Amino acid sequence: MSVRVYDLAHGRAGDKGNTSNISVVAYNTRAYNILREQLTVERVMQAFEHVAKGPITRYELPKLQAFNFVIENALGGGVTVSLAQDMHGKSLSYLMLAIELPGDES
Amino acid sequence: MIGDMVALIKIADNPRSSIRVGTGAGFSDDRIEPAVELAERGGLDYLVFECLAERTIARETLTRLKDPDRGYTPYLAERFQAVLPACRRNGIRIVTNMGAANPAGAARAARREALALGLGDVPVAVVSGDDVTDLVRANPQLPLMESGEPVESLIPRMASANAYLGADVVRDALATGAPVVITGRVSDPSLFLGCMLHGLGWSYDDWPRLASGTLAGHMMECAAQLTGGCFVDPGRKDADDPVNIGFPYADINTAGELVLGKLEDTGGRLDLMTCKEQVLYEMHDPARYITPDCQLDITGVEFAQEGKCRVRVTGMQARARTPTYKAVVGYHDGYIGEGEVAYAGPNALARAKLAERIVRERLKSRGFSYPEIRVDYIGMSSLHGMGNGRPEPYEVRLRIAARSPDRKAALAVGFEVRTLHVNGPAGGGGGSNALREVLAVKSILIPRGLVTPRISVEGNL
Repeated sequence: MSVRVYDLAHGRAGDKGNTSNISVVAYNTRAYNILREQLTVERVMQAFEHVAKGPITRYELPKLQAFNFVIENALGGGVTVSLAQDMHGKSLSYLMLAIELPGDES
Repeated sequence: MIGDMVALIKIADNPRSSIRVGTGAGFSDDRIEPAVELAERGGLDYLVFECLAERTIARETLTRLKDPDRGYTPYLAERFQAVLPACRRNGIRIVTNMGAANPAGAARAARREALALGLGDVPVAVVSGDDVTDLVRANPQLPLMESGEPVESLIPRMASANAYLGADVVRDALATGAPVVITGRVSDPSLFLGCMLHGLGWSYDDWPRLASGTLAGHMMECAAQLTGGCFVDPGRKDADDPVNIGFPYADINTAGELVLGKLEDTGGRLDLMTCKEQVLYEMHDPARYITPDCQLDITGVEFAQEGKCRVRVTGMQARARTPTYKAVVGYHDGYIGEGEVAYAGPNALARAKLAERIVRERLKSRGFSYPEIRVDYIGMSSLHGMGNGRPEPYEVRLRIAARSPDRKAALAVGFEVRTLHVNGPAGGGGGSNALREVLAVKSILIPRGLVTPRISVEGNL
């Protein structure tokens, strides 16, 4: 059964220069394990390819049951020079949460 | 002034076993009421206002060039009017970076507000020395963190350059005894950590305690983002009374034990979910969050709910600070022109797309070209780009934005969108246009020894 990241986790986007970082915080251990296996850097790059050049780094935080995705070249050159309306990329957390994953085997 | 400081330390607060530090603002245009609530009935010792975004100082430097009395953050007078009476009544000391490009001017403005409120002569300690424009001119070889190229090419267009100072200068400014401390660029967590160094008598090399204070500052620097702001998603993640979200405070003791809290009768929420979102906010490597004071490691952090609106934080660690200060160089980078017009109903997207083509061709035939043009179909692709399979919306607002070193070329973008009302596809309405001067920023690292923070006092202690 496929599942959205939105159903497994919550998150927030932040900005530094031309880099966006997006937290993905799992609602429970089962969700954390699915995300660890399926929300890979490659899957995220695929979802972000039309807004970011990357590279993308994924940090795992098992104590918080969370991930931190650092997405470079994501903010149109940076907050101060971007032509975008959402120059901080605040809305990008919901692009992450909209990603569909295969989900549980069962 | 510095010479007086040794004597002044005697009248400063004696170190306490525990202090409470609250957040009064998390950005320059933040709400004002939550700071008043904390000042009036939060039981605070310190109230910290963080009001400087990356390029605020660049903009305020330009303001100061036009008027030497200005160049501090715009809402300074309103904030001091709102909180100063309760802060004076309750013995709460104020720490803020509202000084922006003119901390001394900000101090004079704050003192004028105090006089007008009938609070008398309120001395203000001023932190300066963050302005490193002369240092940058003298060291054009310093590499930009973004590209590795020397800063030299930006110098002719430089509007400002400011180093992120650390908590040690905030501590020293509090040691003057002044009830208010106003700074220019100081790193956001350092504003909070400075209160702890002073109030709890911590050593500036005590890494476990610096980890606690820096983490506390990091969690609180965005105010409502810890207490239910930037969080609510109706039906999925709700909060009580999202209208009246309260701001957070930290209770921290000499041992560095940290509990985050907020007033129970304010709106919003403070719990594991809000803490986890905020601890990762604007973080890159969670094992190495660099501030002027230390390198914070949050990989071992754990949150535990201790009651409604109270969360205990444990497990943060820190390594020794780096040998450099980060500085942000603000520089002129041309202009951005933009225009918008909206379409609705049958065939709305096709009409918006035709409008885009018309604007592009009219700009071209007038002889303008641009290094970058961005087109948004608001309602469809303006935030997350044109992903595959987006449904066509009922309404679509066309936005065209372009940058240019030439003001006239940038101005033409909005002009040609504006003329679409009469000269474009059917049913285009609600046009608007804008032109702005771009102040861009890049970063450099400066050896600490080259930067000289200074403290002075406006008024009589």
